[in-house]
Amino acid sequence: MTATPAHSDTADMSQANETGATPETPEIDDRALAEVALTRDEYQRIVALLGRVPNHVELGLFGAMWSEHCGYKNSRPLLKRFPTTGPRVLLKAGEENAGAVDIGDGLAVVMKIESHNHPSAIEPYQGAATGVGGIVRDIFTMGARPIALLDSLRFGPLSEARNRYLFSGIVGGIGGYGNCLGIPTVGGEVYFDASYNGNPLVNAMCVGLIEAGRLIPARAEGPGNPVLVVGAATGRDGIHGATFASVELDESSEERRPAVQVGNPFTEKLLMEACLELRDKGWIVGMQDLGAAGLTSSTVESAHKGSAGIELDVLKAPRRESGMTPYEMMLSESQERMLVIARAGYEENVRALFARWGLHSEVIGHVIAEPVIRVTEGATVVANVPTRLLTDEVPAYTREGVAPPELAGLWRFDVTSLAGSLPPVDQALLRLLATPDLCSREDIYRTYDTMVGANTLITPGSDAAVLRIRNANDEETGKAIALSTDGNGRLTYLDPFNGGALAVAEAARNCVCAGALPLALTNCLNFGNPEKPEVYYQLSQAIDGMAAAARALETPVISGNVSLYNESFGQAIYPTPVVGMVGLIEGLGGTAGRAPTPSAFQAEGDIVALLGELSADPATLGGSTYLAALHNTVAGRPPQLDLARERALQRLTLDAIAAGLVHSAHDCSDGGLGVALAECCLWSGLGLRAEVPLPAEPAEILATTALLFGEAPSRIVVSLAPDQWEPLATLAASAGVPLTRLGVVAGNRLTFGPSLDLPVADLRTVWRNGLARALGSGPATAE
Amino acid sequence: MKFGVVVFPGTWSDKDCLRILGPVMGHEAVSIWHEETDLQGCDAIVLPGGFSYGDYLRAGAIARFAPVMGSIKAFAERGGLVLGICNGFQILLEAGLLPGAMLRNESLQFRCQWTYLRVENAATPFTQLCQPGQVIRVPISHGEGNYFADEATLDALEASGGVLLRYCDAYGNATPESNPNGSRRNIAGIVSPGRNVAAMMPHPERCGEAILGGEDGRLIFGSMVAALAGRRSVAAV
Repeated sequence: MTATPAHSDTADMSQANETGATPETPEIDDRALAEVALTRDEYQRIVALLGRVPNHVELGLFGAMWSEHCGYKNSRPLLKRFPTTGPRVLLKAGEENAGAVDIGDGLAVVMKIESHNHPSAIEPYQGAATGVGGIVRDIFTMGARPIALLDSLRFGPLSEARNRYLFSGIVGGIGGYGNCLGIPTVGGEVYFDASYNGNPLVNAMCVGLIEAGRLIPARAEGPGNPVLVVGAATGRDGIHGATFASVELDESSEERRPAVQVGNPFTEKLLMEACLELRDKGWIVGMQDLGAAGLTSSTVESAHKGSAGIELDVLKAPRRESGMTPYEMMLSESQERMLVIARAGYEENVRALFARWGLHSEVIGHVIAEPVIRVTEGATVVANVPTRLLTDEVPAYTREGVAPPELAGLWRFDVTSLAGSLPPVDQALLRLLATPDLCSREDIYRTYDTMVGANTLITPGSDAAVLRIRNANDEETGKAIALSTDGNGRLTYLDPFNGGALAVAEAARNCVCAGALPLALTNCLNFGNPEKPEVYYQLSQAIDGMAAAARALETPVISGNVSLYNESFGQAIYPTPVVGMVGLIEGLGGTAGRAPTPSAFQAEGDIVALLGELSADPATLGGSTYLAALHNTVAGRPPQLDLARERALQRLTLDAIAAGLVHSAHDCSDGGLGVALAECCLWSGLGLRAEVPLPAEPAEILATTALLFGEAPSRIVVSLAPDQWEPLATLAASAGVPLTRLGVVAGNRLTFGPSLDLPVADLRTVWRNGLARALGSGPATAE
Repeated sequence: MKFGVVVFPGTWSDKDCLRILGPVMGHEAVSIWHEETDLQGCDAIVLPGGFSYGDYLRAGAIARFAPVMGSIKAFAERGGLVLGICNGFQILLEAGLLPGAMLRNESLQFRCQWTYLRVENAATPFTQLCQPGQVIRVPISHGEGNYFADEATLDALEASGGVLLRYCDAYGNATPESNPNGSRRNIAGIVSPGRNVAAMMPHPERCGEAILGGEDGRLIFGSMVAALAGRRSVAAV
């Protein structure tokens, strides 16, 4: 069967046919290619694969499916470097909408993180809201109940009005959508840097829970089985969203506003409840949400997974606007829609279930044996493409990476050159605690529902969030999961391999601090234009670093998302891999049970100790928050992560927690030891009397500064009862992990040597008001 | 003792309410679909939190027309115990079962945080396990919890013991700083003149277990249980 161009907007193509263009020399103008973001080479390849010139609708299908967003054409070869298997992995990355990991008791955790950067750059509220909506659908599509959301955000400096506008819009959109769903938003991170000007990052992560045997595949199989589209009607919103996500932002991006979708969380909530109810009925063979590239990707991917085809009639899909063309119907990214592949004969049962939830559903087609996507408009076939060409045949580009030329110079930066301009360390600490990168995030997360579900044991503001796990019968399992996101763009810019490894190590370390064994990770790779050799180098190196750390820490990659082309006006963002980690706590509650380990100090008289190296080496200031925030300097080679050391530290900490030796554990990372100790104090209101002598100022202020604010990795601050010191020292010695007694929890001041003596209340005040102060510097405007 | 928890499209605290009443406190608790009119012989009805009908028009404005609401009104008129939580509070206001209205939070932002509440009237079926003036700790989670009524209505509420709970600090002082949403006179919960219909913005179902950071929510549900037990024993005599 040959597809016939059916619309006036296919004039370019039909004309090409009429003028006798052969498949070998297809004629197409640059504008038509730009619309679908395909290169001329790719176009020629499509013509060769298809054996004919694609019509306008078909070209749209190719444009969407061959986009980086759907097809991973630049990243696929690199992603193969990730470890993806492990004894607990039930669903590997790429098998379904999200990966799944076994947590015992017949339960599986399903999780994924995904970017919505470009939509949020143009329309922050809706961009962020639909980012949440999309990732939540990925989870409940599989039949898992979403139990937690996290968000990793990056913005340009809040001193600029446009960034304040993006910030308030994005935070508002996350809350506005997520709060309506009854899923707690339990964690995430936010950092600020000029590299994100014009291209903020919005990575939303959703975690779901399901009984292991009940997962619903995103598969269309069984010829004759009806295919339904369920939920919202299809409109013209979001057309070309997938392609838009795969190009750089520039002055024309504002015109892409129609490519941003508008979310309706109420419909999403109904869709979620209806789909979860449908899961257990036995009426369906598969389910796939309509995300990027809408009907196109959902039908193509589910048919491909089922080794079948789908024939669908766009006239049968409910639409909210008249006069929509097949092209628009296939590429619309209208939100809150779901593709349901029912068992033949059960379509009315399915429809009645959705109707009970007030949702439309229509049979729009059926599964066919022939592995093609055949789109009709009534009786007219408007597209007919083998699914293989839209999936397996997506080109994969392996490029040559070149180290950014500025790196060598940046690594040569000599910290001692700052020796004359270092502020006193007490002032430095107060300024650091107030910076937007380190200050309290309470002003953000108090606008999110963090507790719905009544499972949140540790709410945002600690190393990791912790959620209790109850089984499908609502019974206690004695288990909890810890969740954390991590990723440092600045460190990855300065050393892509190390930055990638650190993202994994820190996310895992955060879980460990809560007493959780890290199990698996999901990741979002936010990078610039991979066609630039320097960006490709960053991507390749960061992936290698992440893969190495994931192997060393035995946390396989179970899902992920790639967001490339994060550039505005030709300037790439910092390479920003974001890692979402899940860890498991067992033996919770009950009489002999335990609680998650807190980050803050717990009791006066407790010993405060550092697990890991206590270092005053000025080189550890390389790439630090201290240099960036106080000296406006992004330079130096960040301290290198030693994976064996990291692994030993994490194991020791888990052993110490399991043995009941420590009262608190807090990751020592951004801002260094000084900030970590200050946080342990200001979260609890308890002071610290340090016993480690600081080098005497002013002669050795550089060493003091390095000791307090250097960011050597693989370190954890713990507090413990004095009688646990000996057992902890024994354990640390046998693990080969350095242990330093720093002091005692006492009073209400943070006292460290002769140069640092501050009331905890003052630390808390500057830390708590940091964000408001940064936001308060002027109005937020879209200009 | 049988509790009915009403589920509207968009409700999300129903499962939390069912859990604290069921597995946590050990009572029978069933969910009641908004299209039903049969209250299944429940001894008490809980209208839980969420965004019924997406908060379209106004929070609670559409839910009041749901078929189940007619039965609940009749149940309340017969003296049945009805507790509205968060969105349930908004629905009871819209349904005219309690006086006043909800405005957007004064901050114009959603707020999810722990709050302290002072028990203003401990002689009700919803607070009878509390001491008068007792301070309890319960989290809020809402964007429209700014309770409003005209001065005369507020005066009448105060005079009749209709104010059930007031936002306060840890020491029981109802200060402006301890008011998370701008509610008139720090009002967090109210009760009907017949003392059988009550509503509160904070979520007692989120604090029924020590592991969740507090157990004060049990005081509210436990009071209802005690009140119902008292009624039964009276009826039995």
